[in-house]
Amino acid sequence: MIFEGAAHAYGRDVDTDVIIPARYLNSSDPAELGAHCMEDIDADFVARVRPGDIIVAAENFGCGSSREHAPVAIRAAGVSCVVAASFARIFYRNAINTGLPIVVCPAAAHEARTGDTLRVDVVAGVVANLTQGTSHQADAFPEFMQELIAQGGLLPYVKARLAAEGAA
Amino acid sequence: MGHTIVEKILARAAGRDAVSPGDIVEARVDLALANDVTAPIGIAEFEKAGFTKVFDPTKIALVPDHFTPNKDIKAAAQAKLIREFAKRHGIKNYWEVGRVGIEHVLLPEQGLVAPGDVVIGADSHTCTYGALAAFSTGVGSTDFAAAMAWGRVWLRVPDTIRFVYHGRPSRYVGGKDLMLHTIGLIGVDGALYQAMEFTGPAIKRMSVDGRFTMCNMAIEAGAKCGLVGYDETTAAYLQGRPAGSRGRDGGVELNSDPDAEFIREIDIDASAIEPTVAMPHLPSNTAPAASLTDVRIDQVVIGSCTNGRLEDLHQAAELLRGRTVHPDVRLIILPGTQQVCLDAAADGTMQALIEAGGAFSTPTCGPCLGGHMGVLAEGERSVSTTNRNFVGRMGHPGSEVYLASPYVAAASAIAGHIATPDMIGASGARSGSNAGGRS
Repeated sequence: MIFEGAAHAYGRDVDTDVIIPARYLNSSDPAELGAHCMEDIDADFVARVRPGDIIVAAENFGCGSSREHAPVAIRAAGVSCVVAASFARIFYRNAINTGLPIVVCPAAAHEARTGDTLRVDVVAGVVANLTQGTSHQADAFPEFMQELIAQGGLLPYVKARLAAEGAA
Repeated sequence: MGHTIVEKILARAAGRDAVSPGDIVEARVDLALANDVTAPIGIAEFEKAGFTKVFDPTKIALVPDHFTPNKDIKAAAQAKLIREFAKRHGIKNYWEVGRVGIEHVLLPEQGLVAPGDVVIGADSHTCTYGALAAFSTGVGSTDFAAAMAWGRVWLRVPDTIRFVYHGRPSRYVGGKDLMLHTIGLIGVDGALYQAMEFTGPAIKRMSVDGRFTMCNMAIEAGAKCGLVGYDETTAAYLQGRPAGSRGRDGGVELNSDPDAEFIREIDIDASAIEPTVAMPHLPSNTAPAASLTDVRIDQVVIGSCTNGRLEDLHQAAELLRGRTVHPDVRLIILPGTQQVCLDAAADGTMQALIEAGGAFSTPTCGPCLGGHMGVLAEGERSVSTTNRNFVGRMGHPGSEVYLASPYVAAASAIAGHIATPDMIGASGARSGSNAGGRS
C-alpha cells in the first residue's frame, strides 16, 4: 500500500464533529457523508480534495464521538490515508476495523504543509515529503493489528475465527 | 504485584489469571449497545459480512435516543431499520419512544450493568458505566457488529491513571466541576488510551449520579474508560435497580489492589475547586464560572447522558424554584429517562422548572450534538450541562457552547449570563428535601 498525493494539513484535536457534523448523521450513505467531509473545519475541503490526497494532522486526530461516519466520510471524499502525530483511540480502532489506512508519524505530521506532495508506504511505515525532500519512519502497528489489516478488517477476521471455531 | 480494577475485569473476561497493560486480549462481552445513529452502520456491516445470528439476544441493547422522537424522514428510516432488526433477532433490550431514555442513563437504571461487566457501546460516552466498577468503553459501529456476531471484543489492556480527590468540595461544586477541572489539568488527550480511576475522600462521599457524570466525561480526556471502585454507595445503588432482563445475580466487588501499579497518580484538592466552566471549543478550555460573568447567553440546556439524572434536576430546581428564567434565555430540560421524568414530576421538581420558565423535553440526545430540540443559530451561545463544546457541536459552526454543572447552568439561566449560584442570591445552606439525590 503506497499512496502519493497532496497534503491537507490541520492542527491538533480535530474532532469527529468537524470531520462529519452530526446534522448529517441521519444518513449512513458514504457518498452523502463524503460530500460534507471536514465541512466545519475547512468549508472548501470537498471542493479542493483530489482522489488520493492525504490528510495530515497533529495530535489526537478524530477525538470525540465514536461515529464511524468519520472514517467513512474521509474515504468517500477520496482521501487515501491519514497521517497524524497521534489518533484518538476510537477513531484509531474504527480506521483499522474499516480499512482506512492511517499512519502515526509525529515528525512527518508536524512538518507537512498543505499542498506538499507526500508518498506514504503504509506497510513499511515510511512517510516521504517529496516537496520538502524529507523522509520519516512511522510507528509500527502492534502485531495483532497488522493481522487485522492483513485480513481486510475486523469482520473478515471475526468470520475466519468463527469458522475455525465451528470446524474445530 | 497487585492489579488495577481494569486489569482484574479484563483478566476475568479473557479467561486469564492476570493481564498487564499493553496485552491484547479477547474479552467476553456482557453487553453491547448501539443507538439510532451508530446501529444502522453496524447492522449493515453485520449483514454485509454474511452473519445471520447474534451471539446472545439478551446481551445486546439497541437504544433509539439520538434523533428520536424522529426528527425528520431520514431519521425515521434509521429508527425503523433498528426496530426491524431488533424484532428479527429477538433483541430484548429495545425500547420505543415513551419508554426509551438516553442510553447511558437508561441502561444502568434498568439494571443492565453490574460491577465487573465488560460493556462496549457504539457511542463514545459508553465509558459512563465505570461508575459501577464495570469496564465500559466506546467503540465504532464495526466493533459493535463484530461483538453482535462474536460475543467478544479485542482490547488492549490500558495503563491506569489514578486521580485522588482530597477534601470536601464546596457547596455548589459537584462531579461535573471536578471532572471539568481534571480535563483542564491534563488536556483532551491527557489520558489517551488509558483508564482514569477516580478515588479519594471526595469520591467516597459522592453519589452514584455524580460518579456517572465523572466517568461519562473520561472520553473527553481521551481515556478508554473511567472507573470508580466498588463501595457501599455502589451496593446501595444496585440494590435499588431491577434485576434486569438478563436476570443476573449481582456481580462482583472490585477495587484496585493497594500495590497495583499506576502509570501516574494525580492528587487534587477538591476543596479548592470552584464552579468550573469549559469555554469554546474544547472541554479542556476551563475557567472558574465566576470569571466569565460578561458572557451573555441565549440558551441553557440541562440534562443529557452527562447530567440528566434526578440529582442533576434537583440541583437545577433548587436554584430555579421561585425564580424565573431571564427573558432573553431559552431553558431546555432534557431528563435522561421516563423514570427520571416521573420522579421529577412526583417530587415537584418538574413543576418548579416549568414554573420558572423552562421547557421540559422528552428524553433525547437532541441538542447536545446539534441534532434537534434546541439547535443554535450563528452567533448564539449556550451554557450546557452536556459533554462537548467543539465547533458546531450544538448547531451552526459559528455558535458557542460553554459546559457547566446543573448549578451553574441554572444560575446562568436566571442571570442571562454565566453566573454562579452565589450571584443569584442562593443561600448556600445544605438543607431541603432535594439535597440528597437518589443515592
